[in-house]
Order: sequence, then structure tokens, then C-alpha cells
Amino acid sequence: MKSASILMIVGSALLLGLFIFPLWNIVLEAPQYPDGIGMNIHIDGLQGRDKHDLQNIDGLNHYIGMRKLPKANEMWEFSTFPLVIGGMAALGILIGILGFFKVLNYKWFLAWLILMTVLGILGMYDFNAWMVDYGTNLDPKAIMKMTDADGNPLSYKPPLFGTKDILNFRAHSYPSLGAYLMGLGMFLTFVAFWLGKKKTT
Amino acid sequence: MKTIKNIFLLTAVAGLILSCGNNNGGKSGAMASSNAEKVYVAPGEHDEYYAFMSGGYSGNVTVYGLPSGRMFKEIPVFSQFPTSGYGYSEETKPMFNTSFGFVPWGDAHHPDISQTNGELDGRWLFINENNTPRIARISLATFETEEIIEIPHSAGNHASSFVTENTEYIVAGTRFAVPNPQRDMPISEMKGEFKGPLTFIAIDDSGHMKIDFQLNMPGFNYDLAHPGRNKSHGWFFFTSYNTEEANTLLEVNASQNDKDYIVAVNWQKLAEFVANGGGKKVPATYAHNVYDEKTHTATSTMMEGVTSIDPREVEGAVYYIPIPKSPHGCDVDPSGEYIIGSGKLSTDLSIYSFTKIQEAIANKDYEGDAYGIPVLNYENTLAGVVTQAGLGPLHTEFDGRGNAYTTFFISSEVVKWKLETWEVVDRQPTYYSVGHLMIPGGNSRTPDAKYLVAMNKITKDRYLPTGPELEHSAQLYDITGDKMELLYDFPTHGEPHYAAGIAASKIKDNVKKYYDLEENNHPYVAKSESETKVVRNGNEVHVYMTMIRSHFSPDNIEGIKVGDKVYFHITNLEQDFDVPHGFSMIGANTSELLIMPGQTKTSIWEPKREGVWPFYCTDFCSALHQEMQGYVRVSAKNSDTELKWSLDDE
Repeated sequence: MKSASILMIVGSALLLGLFIFPLWNIVLEAPQYPDGIGMNIHIDGLQGRDKHDLQNIDGLNHYIGMRKLPKANEMWEFSTFPLVIGGMAALGILIGILGFFKVLNYKWFLAWLILMTVLGILGMYDFNAWMVDYGTNLDPKAIMKMTDADGNPLSYKPPLFGTKDILNFRAHSYPSLGAYLMGLGMFLTFVAFWLGKKKTT
Repeated sequence: MKTIKNIFLLTAVAGLILSCGNNNGGKSGAMASSNAEKVYVAPGEHDEYYAFMSGGYSGNVTVYGLPSGRMFKEIPVFSQFPTSGYGYSEETKPMFNTSFGFVPWGDAHHPDISQTNGELDGRWLFINENNTPRIARISLATFETEEIIEIPHSAGNHASSFVTENTEYIVAGTRFAVPNPQRDMPISEMKGEFKGPLTFIAIDDSGHMKIDFQLNMPGFNYDLAHPGRNKSHGWFFFTSYNTEEANTLLEVNASQNDKDYIVAVNWQKLAEFVANGGGKKVPATYAHNVYDEKTHTATSTMMEGVTSIDPREVEGAVYYIPIPKSPHGCDVDPSGEYIIGSGKLSTDLSIYSFTKIQEAIANKDYEGDAYGIPVLNYENTLAGVVTQAGLGPLHTEFDGRGNAYTTFFISSEVVKWKLETWEVVDRQPTYYSVGHLMIPGGNSRTPDAKYLVAMNKITKDRYLPTGPELEHSAQLYDITGDKMELLYDFPTHGEPHYAAGIAASKIKDNVKKYYDLEENNHPYVAKSESETKVVRNGNEVHVYMTMIRSHFSPDNIEGIKVGDKVYFHITNLEQDFDVPHGFSMIGANTSELLIMPGQTKTSIWEPKREGVWPFYCTDFCSALHQEMQGYVRVSAKNSDTELKWSLDDE
């Protein structure tokens, strides 16, 4: 149970990587942007991949009537996510410590993982909802009003995961280092559960 | 199918015959195609070298890629450049200030790249102006002219602008001997009265230039120069002609002496002399113009006084060495041992040995003196002579493999010869009448000798005819083999006298892509649309304007009156690579402005007639570039139209 608890502690501590590394990364490529322009989505706000990328994305988006990218204080998520991640990391570490001293058993590890997974799915859902709103809720006075083959207004929503062509741009949307650390952490907590169960039974 | 095959074969054979028949140099068609490949830089690929060519009478510098010969940019230096507004914008007008006032043009001759330990370091490019003696410094991060210093007491600043091997000094010579100080006197009394000052300009770590001292030489014409390097570091060598001191019909009267002089100057000794309080402070007035990248603005300061040194007062610092027949080029090989003097009316090249010069100095082995300056013995300083190499030798560069390459103007060729054996090993024609040649790093300790560029004075029939006035021609040779091989021929802008080449890798990663708006300290900057405004101060109106794809802010201005002086201070808010915007105003008596991202430039407009007058962006900046426009309402002088400005009625 001791090694399982240590894994639980390490696994939940890996969530803290999200305070340093981005969760997600979106890169836009076009012939006029040979190096691409990109943004990193951190749990507490957006950052350009290069110094002025956010400004340049906004500059491009104004043609199609997209709102400007939100500042950290313009979305509740950027103040809530750090609390949730910090709280879950603390909770996981606490569970791990209590497991180490045999106050709690391995089932708590699984409970934490289930809660974390639910929160993660909610987070992704929220993220996707934001992108749908951002990519479709456009200024009616937009300079360019593009429609798809069926005559419906074109959606500029970047993919949640993967690569998609949007007008002259190719958008790549993939998890970033923070998300990989979180994934590894969650996997470790599952191993902790499995190991705890094996050692106990 | 068989017929098709046969046709193919037939065509191939015919092609072979044709290409062989066409080639009078005896090379095969396959060889010709390999030359094409050598200069072919595929779309999207970059050249291996930058070549900075002086524009001569254009007053500017052009930037080319080698081996492709593609021109990338014209850097405005000494001449007004309406394309960007250089010399027309309020910020850059001070760059043209001189002790003679605003001089809109210059004659740019010899670019030279800064060096560290005798190697090109890619920080700055220096270039001299011949007519109104000046030296400019160009940043190789922004490719913009950052500084211009005027050289007082000089005329015809031709022996310039060559840097010492740690960029300690840059020199300016005097090609047209003049009274020093200038005074009203009969021209015919020139002899013994005129002077030819050699100016040594110290360069600090940030590249800024300061005149350290002037060596007040006798009034010969100091033509070209090169610093000693490696073992001869600490010395500078200049050629001189018209030691006859003729003041008229120089083509005849300055060609009478059998020998003129090379001047050997121990600048380290002179610098030490001045540092210890030596020399005499003499009156001088000269402009020093500095462009600040953060304020995007140049300031001109009128400087007073220089330290003048009489060459006779510093023991062991200045010597003349005889050289046949009106020398032109003065070049120093990578080791620093050999100084090559080209007597331009001779068929020979005289090569001097630095070691022998030192021995002659130590032994006081003098032939005599000229105005009290010792003249070293010609025979005893000579290392060798390249005899009958061609007609009209001008300039020499080196490959670091023991070979030298000299241009011959009259016989129109580049001649390759061996240092130390002095034998000619190859010659190739140029088209036509070559002046300077350039090998990247060819005047440093470490030449990067893959290519040689010959810069010709005469073009004639090399390209499609364009009327009586032609651009000059340049030829690119591959010099990696035993024989030079002509690869390519391309026109060059203006009159490139000399060029400086450098491996692209030493520069391209340091090149700035745009200016950071946060660092913009221009006094009239507007860093966002909310900071834009229009301020009236008497009949002066200052418009703090911004530009971003694809609008100006403000784009509607009212309350301007006939007789006003309107300053448009325009900031490009873009922060991305290659998104300039332009500005032009109907009826403005000045050029457009081309404003780089993060930069502020100012244009003056003095409206003369009532009405509503448009302005627009001149650079096709975006899909909505055509919409990037605005209006200024101009009212009568005494009207009471309220001063207001807006964007989208806000």
C-alpha cells in the first residue's frame, strides 16, 4: 500500500504541471504565415506562442467578425480552473498521504480518479462550448460573411482535437505538455488503485 | 511508339550538336548546365551569401544574394528615398544635415563590414560618401542607416571607409587636396599649400563614431586604403597620386612622376600620442547625425573642433613608400605580410613586404623625404612584382589559399596570381572594364572564397537595351578550382564601386522582423487607437494617428484650415513580420511614408485649398487595403469649424 500511496501522491502532484505548462495548443498555418501563429491555452489564461501572436490572431479574426480572444479576467474559467486543479491536486496528495498511513484504503484512489475524470470531461465540454460560441457567434457587421456549400454561415470553430482547414488556414488543435502530465498523473493514480487493490486482496 | 522514340533520339542528338557548336570555350553542354545549377537557388531557398553593393552615384547600398544575383533591398543611406520617406519624414531629415546644410544626395563608394579579430562579425556595414565627405553606419539587424558623421577639412572622401581588424578605427582620406583650413587663395598656388588630411574615426562598442584625430598630410591625392591585419595590425596603408601637386589637367599633369607614394601609418602610435594629449586642437565644424531605433528619430549635432597631428611630429609613425605610376588600389593579404599596390598606368603590380618595411624603418633606409616625411627605399621594401599581368591594375582580393585576384580595367579582366611566387596562373575576361572585385571576407584574415564578383563600369550589350542609360553589370565567378569559371552575369543598381560579402549565416538569424511597439519612445507615438488625438497649437496641428489592417484612426478629421501646418504622426500598430502600411496625402509636397510595424513616422502637409481631401494607405497591406483611406476637411483660414476627429463616428 505504501508504494501505491506514493504513486497516488506523485500522480496527483503531476496536475500541478498545469500551473506551468499549457493545457492545449492551437496553431494556425497559412501560406502567408510560414512559421504559423499559435496560442497556448493555460488554465489561467491564453498566451501567444510568440510574443504578439494573440494580437495577430485577433487581427485576422476581425475580418470574419470574431470577438477578440478573452483576457484572463474576461472568463470565469480562468479563475475557476486553477482552483479546481489546485484543489484536486491537494485532495489527491492528501488521499495519498492518508493512504500511506493506512487511514484510507485504495478505493479512495479510484474515487478521486472518477471525480477527476468527471471534472475533466466537464472541462472539455465547457472548452468545446466556448469554441462553438466563439467560432459561430459572429459580429453581424463582419467584413467577410462566408457560407458553406449549403448556404449556412460558416463556422470558424477550431477542432477540439485534430486538424481542420478553415478558409486559407489549417488549424491544428492538440493537447500540450500540461495535459500530457495530467494524463500521466491520472494514469498513475489508476495504477495506484490497481496496485493498492492487488496488495490488499 | 518506335517513331516517337526515334524523334526523341534525334532531338537529343541535335541538341547535343547545337550545344557543342554554340560553345566556343570548348566546354560541353553538360558543363554549361552545371553552371546554371551552381547559381540556381530554388524557390523558397535562401542564398549562401549576402552581398552589399555600394550604389555609387545613387548614394545608397543595394543588398544582393549570392550566388543567385537576386536583389533584396535598396538601403537608403546618403540619398533621399521617397519610397520609404527617408530624408522626407521629419524623423529622418536630420540624417542629411551637414555643415553645408541639407544635402539630399551622396556618392557612396566602399562598403566595409565590421570585424572582430580580423573576421567579419556582421554587426554593421560602413560606407563612405565621396562628395560631401561623410561616413555612414548601417545596422545589419535592421538594415537601416543609423549614423552619419561628416569629415571636416577633407574633400573627395575616397580612401574610406575601411575598418581595422577589431573595428577600432575607420578611416577617411582626402582625394582632392584642399587648403586646410579652407581659405580664399589662388588655385595655381596649390603646391605646398594644400593638404590631404587622413581622418581616423574611433568606433565604440555600440558602433558610434567619433573623430579621434586627423593626420594633416601633404597635399597629394589619397586614393584608397586598407588596414594592416594579422602581423601588420596597427598599421594603415594608403595609396596617393598627383604627388606632382598639379591643379589642372590632372590626367596629364598628375601622370608625370615615375613614382607616387603609398603611405604607411602606424595608427596605434598616433592613437597613443593623442591619448597622451598630443596633437593640436584646431577649429572644425561638422555634423554628427544619429538615428535612435527606439524613438525612430534622428538627431543632428553640430560638432566643433578636431585634434590635428602634423605627421612629422610623431617619430616612427608615418612613412612614404614609392610606387610606380599613379596607384589606385591598396590591398593587404590575409596574413598581413603583403601590401599590394596597383599602379593604374602600369602593367605591373608592386607587392611590398611588411617585414621589409619594418626593417627599412629600423635601418632608416630612406631614399629621401617628402615635406619632411621619410621616403623608404623602394627596392628594399619590395617583396616582388607581378610583371606584365595586364593593363591598368586596380584592386586585389584574396582567397586565403595563397592566391590573389586583381582586376585590370583597361584589359578588362580578372587575373589570378600566386602570392610569393608572383606568377600569373589564370585570367578571365570581364564584361566590361572591371573596377572593384569582391570575395566574401576577401579583405579579412579569413576569406570565405567560393565566389568572386567582378563589378564592371561598362555594360554596353550585356542585357536587353534600355536606352542610353544602363545599369552596371557584374559577373560571378566560381573560384574553388584552379581556373576561375564564369557562372553568371547580372545587372547592379547605380554604380557599385565596391561590395562587401558575408556568409548569410552570420547575419540572417539576427535580423529584426518588426519593431516592438512597447519599446517605441517616439514623442508623438499613439500606442493604441484610444491614444489617438488631434492637437492644435496655433497654426500647427499635430495628428496622432494609428494604422492597422485595414484602417487609419482617426480617419475623419475636421477643423483643419488653409494655411495650417499639419503634422501626421503615424504609428503602425501591427506587431507581425512584413505588415508595413503606407501613407500619402493629396497635395502634400513631400514623399509618401512607408511605416514598419511598431514604427512611427511623421509627414507634413500644408493644405492650400478648402475642400475635403483624402489620404490612403500606399502599401497593399491586406484584402481590404483599398478601403484603408480617410478624409480631412479643410476650411477657410478664418472659419470656425470645430476641430474634431473620429473613426466609425466614435
